[in-house]
Parts: sequence; C-alpha cells; structure tokens
Amino acid sequence: MHFDEIVARLRERFGDLVGEADEPDPARPSLLPGVFVRADSVTDVCRFLHDEPAMAFEHLSCITGTDFKDSIHLAYVMTSYVHRQVIALKVKLDRDDPSIRTVEEIWATANWNEREIYDLLGVYFEGHSDLRRLLMPDDWVGHPLRKDYQEQPDYHEIPTTRENPLGKY
Amino acid sequence: MVEEMNSPRVIEAGLEGGPGQGAVLWGKASYLLNLSRKHSLWYLLFATACCGIEMMQTGGPRTDLDRFGMVFRASPRQSDLMLVAGTITYKMADRVKLLYDQMAEPKYVIAMGSCASCGGLFQKSYSVLKGVDLIVPVDLYLPGCPPRPEALNDAMMKMQDIILSEDWRRKMTEKTEPRPQMGRGGILKRA
Amino acid sequence: MENALNKQAVSDDLMILNMGPQHPSTHGVIRFVITGDGEVMQRAVPHVGYLHRGIEKLAEGLPYPSFVPFTDRVDYLAAMFANHGYAMAVERLLGIEVPRRAEYLRVIVSELNRIASHLIGVGAMAMDIGAFTPFLHGIREREKLNDIIEELCGARLTYNYIRVGGVSFDFPQGLDAKIRAFLDTFEPLMEEFDRLITVNEILVKRCANVAVIDAETAKSYGLVGPNLRGSGVDWDLRRDLPYSAYPDFEFNVCLGRGFRGTLGDAYDRFIVRVQEMQESVKIIRQALDGLPEGEIKGKLPRKLKPAKGEAYGAVESARGELGYHVISDGTDKPYRVKIRAGSFNATSIVEHASRGLMIADLVVLIASLDVIAPEIDR
Ligand code: SF4
Repeated sequence: MHFDEIVARLRERFGDLVGEADEPDPARPSLLPGVFVRADSVTDVCRFLHDEPAMAFEHLSCITGTDFKDSIHLAYVMTSYVHRQVIALKVKLDRDDPSIRTVEEIWATANWNEREIYDLLGVYFEGHSDLRRLLMPDDWVGHPLRKDYQEQPDYHEIPTTRENPLGKY
Repeated sequence: MVEEMNSPRVIEAGLEGGPGQGAVLWGKASYLLNLSRKHSLWYLLFATACCGIEMMQTGGPRTDLDRFGMVFRASPRQSDLMLVAGTITYKMADRVKLLYDQMAEPKYVIAMGSCASCGGLFQKSYSVLKGVDLIVPVDLYLPGCPPRPEALNDAMMKMQDIILSEDWRRKMTEKTEPRPQMGRGGILKRA
Repeated sequence: MENALNKQAVSDDLMILNMGPQHPSTHGVIRFVITGDGEVMQRAVPHVGYLHRGIEKLAEGLPYPSFVPFTDRVDYLAAMFANHGYAMAVERLLGIEVPRRAEYLRVIVSELNRIASHLIGVGAMAMDIGAFTPFLHGIREREKLNDIIEELCGARLTYNYIRVGGVSFDFPQGLDAKIRAFLDTFEPLMEEFDRLITVNEILVKRCANVAVIDAETAKSYGLVGPNLRGSGVDWDLRRDLPYSAYPDFEFNVCLGRGFRGTLGDAYDRFIVRVQEMQESVKIIRQALDGLPEGEIKGKLPRKLKPAKGEAYGAVESARGELGYHVISDGTDKPYRVKIRAGSFNATSIVEHASRGLMIADLVVLIASLDVIAPEIDR
C-alpha cells in the first residue's frame, strides 16, 4: 500500500488525531515517509497498523527519540513483512515533562527500546513493565542524548577528562 | 635465550654445555625465577571491544602466542597479565578495578589500543573512560586502533623483557603497597 | 546494580547467580543475572550498557563523511555492513546515485565480511559448547579473509571502506584472482568443517530442541537476520527490500526447518549461518563475474549538506537488519543518528527465551543468537 493511502486510511479511522504527513520529495525518492499522530492515541494507532491486514506492520525496527530543543519527537520506525514497506509514525512530546503510553503489548521489542529512550532522553512511558535505565549506570546524572546535556566533572571520583599531552606545546 | 644472557642487564648467568651434552643453566636465583616467570605469562582474557578481536586472532593459529608460553585464562586469579583490550566505559570501570584487585601478585597491565590508553576515538564521548591508567597502573601502552597482531606480539615480548629485568621480590612489595599517586590521582576509592 | 538485584523478589529456595560482564561466553561485556531453582533457570535477566560508547551522540558533532570510521566500531566483526548502512542512509538523504561498480564492490566486500563474521559466530558457538578446534579453524580462515580485505583497504578490522557516495579504493591488480582462489579453497573446507562440527553428535545433542523461539515471538521481539530465519520467518532484506546491487544476483534465503528437532531451536540458527556462508560464496562468484567497469565514487559536492529530511538505510548484516535513521536539519552535521542493530533485539529476547532452560544451556542460547556487545550498546 502506498504511503498516501496509509495516511488516508489513518485519517479515515482516527480523524484529527492524525497530524501532518511528509510530502514526497521528487529529488529524493527514498526518504523515510513519516506521519504525526497525537501522543495519546499512539497505542490505538500502533495496534491498528499492526493488526490491519492491509498494513501488517509486524516488525518494529526501532524507536528513535530526538530532542528538538522545543519538544521531543519519537519516531516509531516499522516494517511490514507482507507489504515490504518501511514507514515512521511520529509523536511530539512536551520537553519538560515528556510522557507517553507504552506500546509494549503490541511489539515486545518496545520494552527495551523504551527503556533506552527513558535512559538517554528522559521520556516516561506509562504502563511500562520495567522502566529502568538500560545503558547508563543506575546512578548516572542526566540524560545524555538531550541537546543541553552537561557532562559531570567526575564519575565515582574518576575524572571525565584527560589533559592533552600536546596541549602545552 | 643465549642472547638474553649476553645482554648487559643480565650479569652472572650462563649456559654451559651444548645440545646433547646435558646443558647446565646457572645464574642468580632471581634471574632464573624471572626466566621461568617470563616464559609462562598467562594473560586474562579480557576483551571488551574491537581490540579484543585482534587479541583473539593473536592467540589464534597465525601469530600463536602459545609458543611464548602464553595462554589465556578466563579467571583473573590465575593470570599474571591483564590485557585491557578495548574501550572501558564508566559502567565497566569499577569491574576493571575489581578484576585487577583479584589478580595475584606480581601482576602486569597492558593497555591495548588507543581506547584503553587514552580514550582514543571516543575521547569526546560522555561515557568512555579516558584511559585505563586512571583506575589501574599500566606497565605498557600499545597504540593503534586496533593494534595489529604483530604489534601485540611485540608488546608481549617487551613485557617479557620488563619481567626479566626486574627483581621479582621488589615488584611484589611495590605493588602491594597502596599507590595513591598512580595514574593522575584518579584512583578509585573503595567503600 | 545492587538495586536491580534487590528488586527481584527472591524466595528462600531460589538462587541468584551472576554471569559477566567479564565472562568468556557472554561474547563481550554483557551481564546476566540468573534466578535459578537449582540447575533450572527461572529467568536470566540481561544487563547491558557496559560498552555504551555514546556513538549516537558523537555523530551529532561530526560532519557527515567523518562519522564513517565510528560506524566501524558499531559492529567490529562485520564492519562493512555498518559502513554500508550509514552510507546508504546519507545517500538517500542526499538523493544521489552510486556508480554500479561501487555497488558491486560493496556487495563483494560485504559478503566476504559475512563469511568472516559467521566463521567467528559458529566457531565461538562451538567453543562455548566445549569444542575448541572449530574456533581455531574459523580464525584461520578469517585471517585469510583479513589479508584480502587488508590488501583492498589497508585495515584488518575497522575498514572504513564503504564511504558516502561509493567506496574508498578500487580493486588492486590481482585481487580478484586471490578472492577466487580463496573461494576455491574455502568450499572444500566448509565440508571439512561440516564433518568436524555440524553433524557432530555432541553439538547436535547440545543444540537441538534447546532454546526454541517460535516465529511469533521472534517477530514480536524484532529478531532479525539468521535468528529470525532460524525461526522459519522468510525475510531477508537483500531480497525483500533490495538495495545496492543485490537484485542482480541469484541466491537462496536459508531458513530453519527444524533440522534435528524443533523449528527455531539453537541448532537451526547455527545451521542457517553455516548455509549462509555457502550462499555468500555464490554471490561473490556472481559479482566477480559481472563486475562492471567504471567509477567507484559518485559525484559529491565538496561539503555534504543534505536538505531537511529523514532517511532510514538498513542492510542485511551478518546479524540481521542494521539500520541507520539519520535526521538532517540542513546543516553539514547530522541532527540525530539512531542506530538499530540486530544484537539489541537478540539480547532482549534472552529474558523470555531463558525461562525453564538449564543454566548450562544459557551459553548455547547466547552463542546461537550471535550477539556482539557494541551493537547492543552502541
Ligand atoms: S582502540 Fe580502536 S579498535 Fe581498539 S577498542 Fe578502541 S575503537 Fe576499538
């Protein structure tokens, strides 16, 4: 199914919960097409995309969290085995208190993906079964993938910088 | 071996008799002890990242560290040499120190690759330890990203030279005493 | 770490066992906390992040072409794929075409690299089970491949060969004959390898019916590559979302069939890897035969400044879909690079798949998933 048709189907089903969708760029035909939906509808839309036979996005490739300085975007990149297609479903979150429902029940892999985003970007996932830091140590300060992240001067009394031996020349 | 004996560092040691005649090796006890230590250097299989693959290949059929009497051990308690092969992150740093502490004296550390030496490619990263000498004392730095097996081989031979040239008793006492000045003061405080 | 241990409610007769991060069978620095009732595991919870090097963050501070060397470190056993995925994503973002010759060279080196990676994968699996010799056989063959690739690009492990817009070097004279010679010796060696290990009764007994992952679970956990195909799901990016020069070649997609037991067990995943090496040999031969003449690098502007947009480039790496989601904001540095790697999903399934396994079978499970730490942690 073409991306436009997917968006049309989504609009028909979810009305104005569906936001803007990417326009095709004739000079760059193989960009990743994405469509925004309202954050509170994400589980319903994902369930629809996963279950509907005409879409059948059975494979969640990844969830990309990006800090856009005024908001945080999550992009659910999903692949359909049957229709051989990759699309992105995007949501916009408030940067100060980002929170969204988990999609763990739909794709089990979301569990770790969401933990990673919680760890690196500080997004809270409601209903998540085991929301802990995934990559950084438990006592780490801050969320490194945020654009304004400040590194601490030391961690467990190990300095986080090393002087450049060539610096004095 | 004969060359080693002729080197200026080693005095009062020698080999008498030739092949087939029942040779006698004589020298200072510390020299003979060092000689045996040098030829049974067991290294800790401690591969964290890409350099670890080169370490595996060095142990593999082509470079074959076995011929130096070096075999890998998976347990720190049986090894003499810690080869820090790869990137050490802060999350891993505590464990590296723990592994080092578990090794029996006398013990040596080679920082293999630029990551272990100074952070290397990941110097600007928020989560990578900028050099393993901030947490454990390092005897030998091996540059490269990754170092070739030949380079690692050479480093191992240099390590053997170091072992041969020192008094093993002094080495032991030196290292069992706390060394707060090691690295640049970045020693881990143990709770 | 301590909180994680405390969190698990433990009754008196359960045992908690820690495995890793420094353990020879965890394939890198991964840690498993095993809750077991005697020899039977209730679950093994993976703890990752011991090799989290912040590669995604580093990408945000680097111009597009300068990030390629970092991608090598995402998957050091098969760095060509990691280069390729990133190059593809940026090419899509720029909307440029890559010359045919470069695409063919990419396919050849990728498939050589797949063989090299699978050799370690199956060799290490055999080693974890207790057979040391196959590993040395694998390493020996891998050295030959390293020589070939070294002659091509000067590096043994971290190639930095596939660049945005093409590849960095053309074939030196005579390399093509060397590759053919390698393939000619490799094929009979595969049979030797088969006799040594694949049909070895001990290996079969250790792997068959162990750690079965059914197709639904595999899909839900987002398994990719040989792990997914081992569960019988017919999906290969090379064929299904074709990229590079793959549509030009004939090859089979190897699937698990329950060769010696249940569909989706550790033995199936092992066999899929062994068969894939043979398929790679086929592809390389075809690519060498049809190698077109021409440029090896497309026309690129001096400074890469893709317009605003997002692209996703995924390749079928030795460990499955290795994808780069690159977001551009119109400057010469990527705004965000997200790396999606197969081992991440493969590790996340361990907690599910380890239920009810014996502790000794955990290493079989991990080895059969062929996980590699930097892909999990990046
Ligand atoms: S020095 Fe280079 S090859 Fe070695 S671990 Fe670091 S990045 Fe990898």
